Amino acid sequence: MKINRHSCYKVIAILIIVIMAIAFAFPLYWIITGSFKTAKAINATTPQWWPSEWVLDNYQKLFSRQSAPLWELKIPLIKAAFRGPKVPAALRWLVNTVFMAVASMLLTCATSAMAGYALAKKRFIGRTVVFSLIVCAMALPKQVILIPLIREMSSLHMYNTIWAVILPIVGWPFGVFLIKQFSEGIPGEMLEAARIDGASEWKTFSTIALPMLKPGIGALAIFTFINSWNDYFMQLIMLSSTENLTISLGIAKLQAENSIDFGLIMAGAAVAAVPIIIVFIIFQKYFTKGITMGAVKG
Amino acid sequence: MSRALVRRETVSGYLFMLPCLIFFLGFVIYPMVQCIVTSFFDSTMNRDDIFIGLGNYAELFQDKIFLGALRNTVIIVIVSVPVVCIFSLWVSSVLYDLSGPLCSLFRCVFYLPVVTGSVAVTVVWKWMFNNYYGIFNYLGKNAGLIDKNINWLGDERFALGCIILILLTTSVGQPIVLYVSALGNVDQALVEAAEVDGATRLQVFWKIKWPQIKPTTLYILVITTINSFQCFALIQLLTSGGPNHSTDTIMYYIYYNAFKLYRYGYGNAMGVVLAIIIAVLSAIQFKASKSD
Repeated sequence: MKINRHSCYKVIAILIIVIMAIAFAFPLYWIITGSFKTAKAINATTPQWWPSEWVLDNYQKLFSRQSAPLWELKIPLIKAAFRGPKVPAALRWLVNTVFMAVASMLLTCATSAMAGYALAKKRFIGRTVVFSLIVCAMALPKQVILIPLIREMSSLHMYNTIWAVILPIVGWPFGVFLIKQFSEGIPGEMLEAARIDGASEWKTFSTIALPMLKPGIGALAIFTFINSWNDYFMQLIMLSSTENLTISLGIAKLQAENSIDFGLIMAGAAVAAVPIIIVFIIFQKYFTKGITMGAVKG
Repeated sequence: MSRALVRRETVSGYLFMLPCLIFFLGFVIYPMVQCIVTSFFDSTMNRDDIFIGLGNYAELFQDKIFLGALRNTVIIVIVSVPVVCIFSLWVSSVLYDLSGPLCSLFRCVFYLPVVTGSVAVTVVWKWMFNNYYGIFNYLGKNAGLIDKNINWLGDERFALGCIILILLTTSVGQPIVLYVSALGNVDQALVEAAEVDGATRLQVFWKIKWPQIKPTTLYILVITTINSFQCFALIQLLTSGGPNHSTDTIMYYIYYNAFKLYRYGYGNAMGVVLAIIIAVLSAIQFKASKSD
């Protein structure tokens, strides 16, 4: 009798979860199907649950708007700039976004790996102070610093460049915290043995610690990549001219300019969301690990 | 440790920390200090800052829009934090019993709205809530719940509720991942022992599992609170704080002051107040979870 009641609860629970899961997946389904619908289907008062006619109009419209050089390399000292061929602005936004996410990822991983290792394994003076500062900073909302950051970036002549978005992401200490947790697991005797053998500090780090930190760094890399791709707030306050936008920001701008051309906006949303979802699905395991490791000692 | 060793450790420690410290001090700590300092100044574009002491703070607590934004923020936090925690705990407790691939499939689906990104999620919801072409009005009318189209986002009565609903869908992904992994780490020997002794499922949950997943719950409470306080993209893209400031949040109002009114000092004062509120709340949550 008791077992029966429990399995009955279980069936109902799973049923509810399936319905919830469908509701959670629906917006994404709506973006993707919407982006292939005709203008008539989109503006129908009776929604078309499955597009009766698949068209590429929305994508054509998205990629025919405005144009910008594919890439731009500015060299500060000689004031020269190299530009790529003219392409649709949406393509440039994708290039910017990928560059931003990859640069944030590499810089964050490099700085956090070294700092996290030092915090866990080096007994230096002021270690506790630095670590408490990091934990306190993590608990504060990062948007609080938006106004000072804008002024700082404009005095550094980095306002409205992709670096203004990247640098604060790299500065955010979550990665250090994560790698520190992970470094605690490195056995001290191995490091000690390397030192007695006369290995330099850097060599000890790169040949002994780094290989053991690989899974942690992998998790941090994918975590940073996805988060910086979606960090709309920082992009919004730092970037303004058409050729410097990221894809999320570009979609937000499209939306502000043609608020009822939902087909066009859905095409933009699909272009912004689908690549990152594919990355997420491929690296899901590492990503889940990154989230759970960060929480081990919140 | 010998003195030489301490010196060596300190020097190498800081060398390893150096790249990280440059970014951390330069782009996190320095702006935070600046934020506190300028909150005592009347500061705007193209003019030197004027020291006004606590002037910004005094104005803040008489500013009706700020108080409204504070109220909205508190409503969002009070509604979303418990709902997110309870819902994700319940979902995880069901998912945890499922087989591996099925569990990760569902976990993945609940995480989708987070990965999709706030802008893409927001624009599609804006379409779904649309007055004429949105599916909510269509479904509502067909189910007989509403008799005429409702302008969900343009109506003071509904706008905040719609925003909270979207916020919920983008907030439960991470807690579910955390809870599933925490439930997986519960000591199985204890659970089995209790079951042998004839404990009911509810008893097993409260007496054995709950104490062990408490640290996770605390972490989830803290991050969900911080996230709800930071609710910004939704507001900016859906309603811009309207209609009639009914969906302003502190975050949005800070942005509004910085970018529309160019009142930097005033915006910073709000930032400081927000940071203090969050710090106090986190401390309370921490204390409460430690005490019992």
